Amino acid sequence: MYERIKAMIFKEMHQVSRDRGTLAMMFLMPVIQLLIFGYAINNDPRHLPLAVEANDNSAFTRTIVSALRNTTYFEVEEIVRSPGQGERLIEEGKVQFVVTIPPDFSRDLVRGQRPQLLVTADATDPSATGNAISAIGEAVNSGLRHDLIGPLGQGPPQSAPVDIVIHRNYNPEGITAYNIVPGVLAIILSMSMVLVTSLAVTREVEQGTMENLLATPLRPFEVMVGKIVPYFIIGIVQMFVALAAAALLFHVPFTGPILLMVLSTLIFIAVSLALGFTISTMADNQLQAMYVSVFYMIPSILLSGFAFPFRGMPLWAQWLAEILPMTHFLRLVRGIMLKGWNLSLALPEMGVLLLMLLVLTVVAVRRYQDTIA
Amino acid sequence: MSDGPAIDVRGLTKIFSGRTVVDNVDLKIPEGQICGFLGPNGSGKTTTLRLICGLLIPDGGEGEVLGLDLLRDRHRIKEQIGYMTQKFGLFGDLTIRENLEFIARVYGLDRRGERVDAALERLGLETRSDQLAGKLSGGWKQRLALAACVLHEPRILLLDEPTAGVDPQARREFWDQIHQLAREGMTVLVSTHYMDEAERCHEIAYIAYGVMLVRGTADEVVAQSGLHALSGEGKGADRLAAEIEGLPGVEMAVPFGTTLHVCGTDPDKLRAAVEPWKERFRWREAEPTLEDVFIHMMRNAHDNSVIERP
Repeated sequence: MYERIKAMIFKEMHQVSRDRGTLAMMFLMPVIQLLIFGYAINNDPRHLPLAVEANDNSAFTRTIVSALRNTTYFEVEEIVRSPGQGERLIEEGKVQFVVTIPPDFSRDLVRGQRPQLLVTADATDPSATGNAISAIGEAVNSGLRHDLIGPLGQGPPQSAPVDIVIHRNYNPEGITAYNIVPGVLAIILSMSMVLVTSLAVTREVEQGTMENLLATPLRPFEVMVGKIVPYFIIGIVQMFVALAAAALLFHVPFTGPILLMVLSTLIFIAVSLALGFTISTMADNQLQAMYVSVFYMIPSILLSGFAFPFRGMPLWAQWLAEILPMTHFLRLVRGIMLKGWNLSLALPEMGVLLLMLLVLTVVAVRRYQDTIA
Repeated sequence: MSDGPAIDVRGLTKIFSGRTVVDNVDLKIPEGQICGFLGPNGSGKTTTLRLICGLLIPDGGEGEVLGLDLLRDRHRIKEQIGYMTQKFGLFGDLTIRENLEFIARVYGLDRRGERVDAALERLGLETRSDQLAGKLSGGWKQRLALAACVLHEPRILLLDEPTAGVDPQARREFWDQIHQLAREGMTVLVSTHYMDEAERCHEIAYIAYGVMLVRGTADEVVAQSGLHALSGEGKGADRLAAEIEGLPGVEMAVPFGTTLHVCGTDPDKLRAAVEPWKERFRWREAEPTLEDVFIHMMRNAHDNSVIERP
C-alpha cells in the first residue's frame, strides 16, 4: 500500500513541477500578498483627511487644529472660511471630516456658554470613522481647557468647554449593511465575470476545440465578443438581483439617479469581462487562469476599501489599489447610492473604468491570435 | 475558378524554436484528387496541413491554394477549406444539431436549416440530432466531424488521421464517402498510417522528419523504391525472422502467420541470404508492400538526418 501511495505522490509532484507557471504563482503570490496586506491593512485608520470650516476667525482655531493633529487620527488638509464649503469637500470625497466652527464661537467660549462645535463625518464606511470620532471630543476639550486658564477660565473646571455635535452624513445610524451591500454587489460581479471569462479561451485550447474554431473564418475580435456577450447578460441579471435585494431587503437608500448606477455597473461588468478574457489569453491552462483570477480577487476585496478602510492604508498601498477596477467601482456605488452623486461627480471614476476597459480590450485582442503556437 | 492545381505550395518551411519541423516541402495536388499523406509520427504531417489551411504562418516558402496566395489570403482560403482535426474538435456539450448549426452560422451559409437537415439525413442521425456530441462513440464522432467539415461545401478537404481508432466497417464507409466527394470535384489531402487507406488514394506523398521523400501512385512508389522481396513458406518459417534479419542483404524480415516476408535492395544478396533454408521452406519472388517501402525509407531518412546534424 505504501509503495502505491508513494507512486501517486511522486507522480503528482512531477506533474506539479512541470507546470512552471502555476508553481511560481503558488510560491510567489502568497509572499507578495502577505507583504502587501500585512503592511497595508489597518483597522484603526489614522491621518484621515479633515477640513476645518472657520466661520469665526479667532485664535482658538489654531488650538483646535493642533489638538486634532495631536490625536494622529487627522490630517488637517484645508482651512476654509466660507459657509457650506466644508460640506462640498465631503461630498466630493476629498476629506472625510469637517469641523465647523460657528460664527460666535470664541465669544461664547470665553463667556463659558459651552458653544457648539459641529463635526461632520462621511459615514459611508462606519468602521473607518468610529475611532476617530470618539477621539475628537476629548482632544478638542482638553486642548481648549489649556487655553482657558487665568482670567478666561470662568466655567466650572470639570465640565467640557465646548459641546461637540456629531453629524454622520450619508449613513446617520451607522448601519453596516449600507456599506457592505453595495460592496458585495461589486464582489459578486467581478468574482463571477472575471473567473468565468478567464477560463473561456484556455478551456477551448485544452479541449481541442480551439484548433477547429481557428480553422473557420472566425476572427479573434469576433470570438472575443461572442464569448463575452452571454456573460454580459448574466452580469446584468446579477446586477438587478443585487440592486433589488439592496433596496427591498436591506433598505439601502438610493439617493442618486438609478440610471447612473446602472450605467456605472454596466461599465464595471465590461471591465471585468475584458480582464477575464485577457487573463485567458495569457494563461497556459485552466488551473493557471483560476489562480490568477483568485489572486486578483483577494486584493480587490482587501485593498479596494470594501473590507478595510481605504484611507487606513499607507500611500503606496492606496496607489496600488487605484489600479484595481473594484476600487473605482466601489467609490461609484457608494457615491451614487449613499451620497447622491450626479453625473458630473461620478464622471472621473467612470472615466478611469472606461480607460481600463480600453486598455484591456486592446491587450486581449492583441494577445489572442488566430494561429496556433 | 482557376484551372491550375487546387494546392500548389513550394519550399514550405516551418521552424519551432530552432527545430525545422517542415523542411522545404513542395506539394501540388490537382483538383478532384485524393492525396494520401504518410509518414512516421512527428514527421511534420499535421504541421504541413496546418500551414496549408492558415492555422500556422510558414517561416519560408510560398504557394497558392485555390489560386489564392498562401501568405496574403489566409482568411479567404479558410472559407473554402474544410479541416478535420486529429482530435475531435466539435463541442461535446452541444447537441449534434447545435454543432452543425454553429458551423453553418460561422461560415455564413444560407438555408441553414435545410443544409443541417440534409447533413443529418446523410449521416443517418436525424433521430439522434438532440443527443450531445460528446456522448457519441468514436465512429459516430468521426462521421459527425466529417459532416461538419463539408457542410460549407469546401473545395479542399484536409483530414488529419481521420480514421484513427475507428472500426473497419466505419473506415470503409468513410473512404467511400471521400471518393464520392472527390468525384464531385473536392480535392482531398488526408494523412494516415493505414496502408490500405494509402492504396485507396490517387497519389501518395511520404514525409519523414520534415522532408518530403517520395510522391506518386502506390505502384510508382513501390517501383521507385528499388526494393525486392521474397517470401518463404513452411512450418516454422515465421520463427526465422530474428535470425535472418541480421544477415547481409536482408533489410527486413517480417513474419506473416506461417510465412516469412524478407526484403532488401539487392536481389542476389537477398537470395544468397536465404540459401541455408532453401530445403526447409518454399521461397518465391514477392512484391514489396507499401509498408516495406515506407519502413525502408524511414530508416534511410533517419540515417541521413543523423549524419546531417553535427
